[in-house]
Amino acid sequence: MSETTGAGAPPILAANRISKSFGEIPVLFSIDFDIRPGEVHAIIGENGAGKSTLIKILSGFEQPTSGTITYDGKPVTLPPNGQAEGMGIVLIHQEFNLADHLTVTASIFLGRELKKFGLLDQRAMSEKARTLLEMLHVNVDPDARIDSLTVADKQMVEIAKAISRDARVLIMDEPTAVLSVAETETLFEQIKRLTARGVAIVFISHKLDEVMHLADRVTVLRDGQLIATVDTGALTPDSAAQMMVGRELHNLYPPKHEPDVDAPVVLSVKHLDARGIHDVSFDLRKGEILGFAGLVGSGRTAVAEAIVGLSHRHGGAIEVGGRATAFPSVAHSLSEGVAYMTKDRKGKGLLVNMGLRPNLTLLTLKRHLRGIFIDTASETRALDRAVRRFDIRARDASVRVGQLSGGNQQKLMLGKTMESEPSVIIMDEPTRGIDVGTKQQIYHIVAALAAEGKSIILISSELQEVIGLSHRVMVMRHGRIVGELVGDQITEEHIVRRQMGIEGKAAA
Amino acid sequence: MTTTTQAAQAPRGPRVRFSALGPLVALLLLMILGTLLNGNFLSIGNIANIVARSSFIGLIAIGATFVITSGGLDLSVGSMAAFIAGMMIIIINSLVPSLGGGWGAVGIGILAGLAIGSLGGAGNGLLVTVGRIEPFIVTLGTLGIFRALITFLANGGTLNLNITASDTYSPLYSGKIFDIPVPIIIFAVVAIVAEIVMRRTTFGRHIAAIGSNEQVARYSAIKVDRVRLMTYVLQGVLVGAAAVLYVPKFGSANSSTAVLWELQAIAAVIIGGTTLRGGFGRIWGTVVGVIILELIGNILNLQSFISPYLNQAFQGAIIIIAVLLQRSRRTTS
Repeated sequence: MSETTGAGAPPILAANRISKSFGEIPVLFSIDFDIRPGEVHAIIGENGAGKSTLIKILSGFEQPTSGTITYDGKPVTLPPNGQAEGMGIVLIHQEFNLADHLTVTASIFLGRELKKFGLLDQRAMSEKARTLLEMLHVNVDPDARIDSLTVADKQMVEIAKAISRDARVLIMDEPTAVLSVAETETLFEQIKRLTARGVAIVFISHKLDEVMHLADRVTVLRDGQLIATVDTGALTPDSAAQMMVGRELHNLYPPKHEPDVDAPVVLSVKHLDARGIHDVSFDLRKGEILGFAGLVGSGRTAVAEAIVGLSHRHGGAIEVGGRATAFPSVAHSLSEGVAYMTKDRKGKGLLVNMGLRPNLTLLTLKRHLRGIFIDTASETRALDRAVRRFDIRARDASVRVGQLSGGNQQKLMLGKTMESEPSVIIMDEPTRGIDVGTKQQIYHIVAALAAEGKSIILISSELQEVIGLSHRVMVMRHGRIVGELVGDQITEEHIVRRQMGIEGKAAA
Repeated sequence: MTTTTQAAQAPRGPRVRFSALGPLVALLLLMILGTLLNGNFLSIGNIANIVARSSFIGLIAIGATFVITSGGLDLSVGSMAAFIAGMMIIIINSLVPSLGGGWGAVGIGILAGLAIGSLGGAGNGLLVTVGRIEPFIVTLGTLGIFRALITFLANGGTLNLNITASDTYSPLYSGKIFDIPVPIIIFAVVAIVAEIVMRRTTFGRHIAAIGSNEQVARYSAIKVDRVRLMTYVLQGVLVGAAAVLYVPKFGSANSSTAVLWELQAIAAVIIGGTTLRGGFGRIWGTVVGVIILELIGNILNLQSFISPYLNQAFQGAIIIIAVLLQRSRRTTS
């Protein structure tokens, strides 16, 4: 076994001419991929490019239809269902595999509990977990329950679990998709510590800047084909994006058209108090895109859910079009033209076990009634319109929504929200975990909606997105609005300083 | 792999069709088996008899299809049916002295049966929705309560319907319209209406949405609690309807009335292809499931290898196997 690491080392894990089909549908075509000890190898590509399938094959969750996997230079058949962990190959899923009710310690040792006289040795496990977390510089109580942790800490627990299993290859599916900027930094430090110990890291990301920052090599996939594997030094964001979409990406963000100075205020929120938020006030004008920046957990989603009546309000007033209203339920806010698009596509936005049509019309089923019966022909017409308008791509009309790529799910959810013809749309992380090509489409749709006179609240953890789209930006921290930025003030530095609490105060 | 419209038909097509037809295949096999055992098995008389006898469970199972599709469960249906039957007998008997044994007293009894059913269902539903208690616990509790109440009402014995009222009432079970037994007509009408409600109304769509993912339903402005409550009320009304058919047939109720009907109803729903965890339900499947269970009972009586006393063991085993099949179908797709 070679002890060398880095560029000259032989690969620890390699895929040779791997192809994969699901039924008769090919998703990967003869892919070559390898990873060396101590290396960070990023996989990028649009949704549906085959990235997830590739890492599932690399970790044994899927078997290739043809081609071979070599591990330590020897051809192997990886065991299924995560048993490859025993060989040192660990996949951290995008949706974590942690049981909410277990403690951190129990999660780390799940399935390999330490025992003494046949009983669980709680003390030894707790001790080991503590040492492990300290070694990783993770500030988490080993006795805390998983459901009390932040998303970032859950991810750290996953990593600790992987390390405790002596992972030699750590594969991560979009590890930063749910992390804030600061949490991402911590993850990156972690990754650097791991590579220094010779662990090989494979990760999928949609964020080109972090790929450029972190990876030694980058593999680009498109439509199941290997486009290139290149050293990161030889890559620019533009060339990477171009390889991913196969065309040049002009104008990721559409030009901003500021709303008229005398555009009427369509939504006015005054001194809103609810669980996790305090004294939030702002106005939204017709045709405006109002960005909401802040760290994960700073209260942006809580503001949205309190406005539309999904959560209980302790105090404050809401005016729509100058009239005082109080939305006791989502149905009320919808009827007043205020719609909320959740960031949790699969958990709260779409019925993944159902088809496209019932999902699209779920909010607005009343519009598709003939007498008391649902008029499916009318629903189908609505779906056809939405498919055209939002470019929703499905293999055929009968697929379940769970089988769509993230980007297409997002576009379907946008279609579903727009079916209610809202005048105010609150979009929560509208591009989370989707590829750059679809992002660009969504940006243009958002701008076009604003140009039509719709008003948009854009909640996003991607600063570039907030900066690129918003006419005005509210920055939140610890449940309060700590800054309002307009025009030239909308810069990364201004936002970051406010969301970190370095600058800014509670808006009066 | 992204083609916009009707590209290559998914290869899963035929298999989905097979699973959809599964209950029908099982029904066919049972019919063949029955015919082998007794040449008269498929006679119109025997089939009509089987369907008529399955109508009690059938009505209840149709209600259970709605409850289960929405992600709920109602274990109290059997006890509730016995309780309602007992209450109906008490009410009718108490009206006979003043109104006589005609349709006046019987009609009031029938309406009372349906009303008590809807109240019982509403009780279950309110405990589940407003009380935020697991449906399993709520209906396990009310199962005990209703069973105790019928035993209490009958004072440990049997409640018997007044003879004159019974003579008035019994044609509702034994009578025929255009040569079709009345219970079959009621069963068929309820099933057809229920299938339409399930497939073609917002109520049906919302039930499936809630069963599929309650959070998505809530975020989609569906009044989750109200829809949930309605499924239990509907279940209660249909339990009442089953009791309305039961009383004229047997004319009595006691503590062993309708024992384990919940097992049969839930088994029928699951055999029919409704997913136990909710999100998808089909009434016709439930109807086929009910008839399958009745056929099994009938076949056990026709042969001499297996004791008919094991009937409910078969039902229990079938429930487990059906859920196993559902799960393997899900993991392979």
